[in-house]
Amino acid sequence: MADHSLTPENMPQHPEKATLEGKNKFLGLWFFLGGETVLFASLFGTYLALKNSTAGGPSSQELFGLELVFLMTMLLLTSSLTSVYAMYHMKNNNFKKMMLWLGITGLLGVGFLGCEIYEFYHYIHSFEFTFRSSAFGSAFYTLVGFHGGHVLFGLCWLSALMIRNAKRGLNLYNAPKFNTFSLYWHFIDVVWVFIFTVVYLMGKVG
Amino acid sequence: MAENTKSNEFHKQQSKEEMKKQLITFALMIIFTILAFLIVGTEMMSKMVAIPLLLVLALIQVGFQFYYFMHLKDKGHGMAAVMIYGGVWAAFLTVMALTLVIWW
Repeated sequence: MADHSLTPENMPQHPEKATLEGKNKFLGLWFFLGGETVLFASLFGTYLALKNSTAGGPSSQELFGLELVFLMTMLLLTSSLTSVYAMYHMKNNNFKKMMLWLGITGLLGVGFLGCEIYEFYHYIHSFEFTFRSSAFGSAFYTLVGFHGGHVLFGLCWLSALMIRNAKRGLNLYNAPKFNTFSLYWHFIDVVWVFIFTVVYLMGKVG
Repeated sequence: MAENTKSNEFHKQQSKEEMKKQLITFALMIIFTILAFLIVGTEMMSKMVAIPLLLVLALIQVGFQFYYFMHLKDKGHGMAAVMIYGGVWAAFLTVMALTLVIWW
């Protein structure tokens, strides 16, 4: 098998798209993100239709606190930037720094997920607001939980990538894999921008 | 070989400048986020003004995310744009349909 390890001499400008497989992964992921957009749109549409059907339970104004949501937003937004840094180091063929920044990205993701679990726990125990409380409850937990599930999936994906490639170094075979992960991770932040705007901020306004 | 190393230096310079743009993008996104939270936190404006403004701020942030962080502005992203805008179009129709259903 040919050695595809990258050195400063044979490094293409875009290692993630230098092979046909890399190009296909890139296109395939964008296709997948197009589908994900529709999936989340149907959940957003459902939430918007059901958000006032509280069945006598707590409303969005009573439930949501902006402090925690702001913290979660900052965590996820920063993790988006750290994955940009990781891809920057990938393009400069600096494997160690890429792994370091990917690790930071993962930790920020864990922080985000921890906040979300705390948030749900708080709603369930202090407000007795559950998935079955009302149509609002079902729509809320489905939408926000689906996003949280995507974060969890992203974290599993990231750790699998990092562990699997820890000793391989950077090459034309795994560069597209890291790149597709970073695109997915940015997309998670895109969805979160709409969640904090439509669910939390607009929910607080009324 | 020497030429290749030289072109790599050029690429490094290019990605350095790219990184600068990314950092500006990040700063702007932080500012837009804080602005959006301030609008709601301080209750400075009425609902009719606040909600469209929040949506505009979100759309700008998503634009930054797509075009700068996900490189949609770069060469060779035509097909990627077709994919994502196809999804965005279907998403728009879905949200419109589901919200119009409850309009009356």
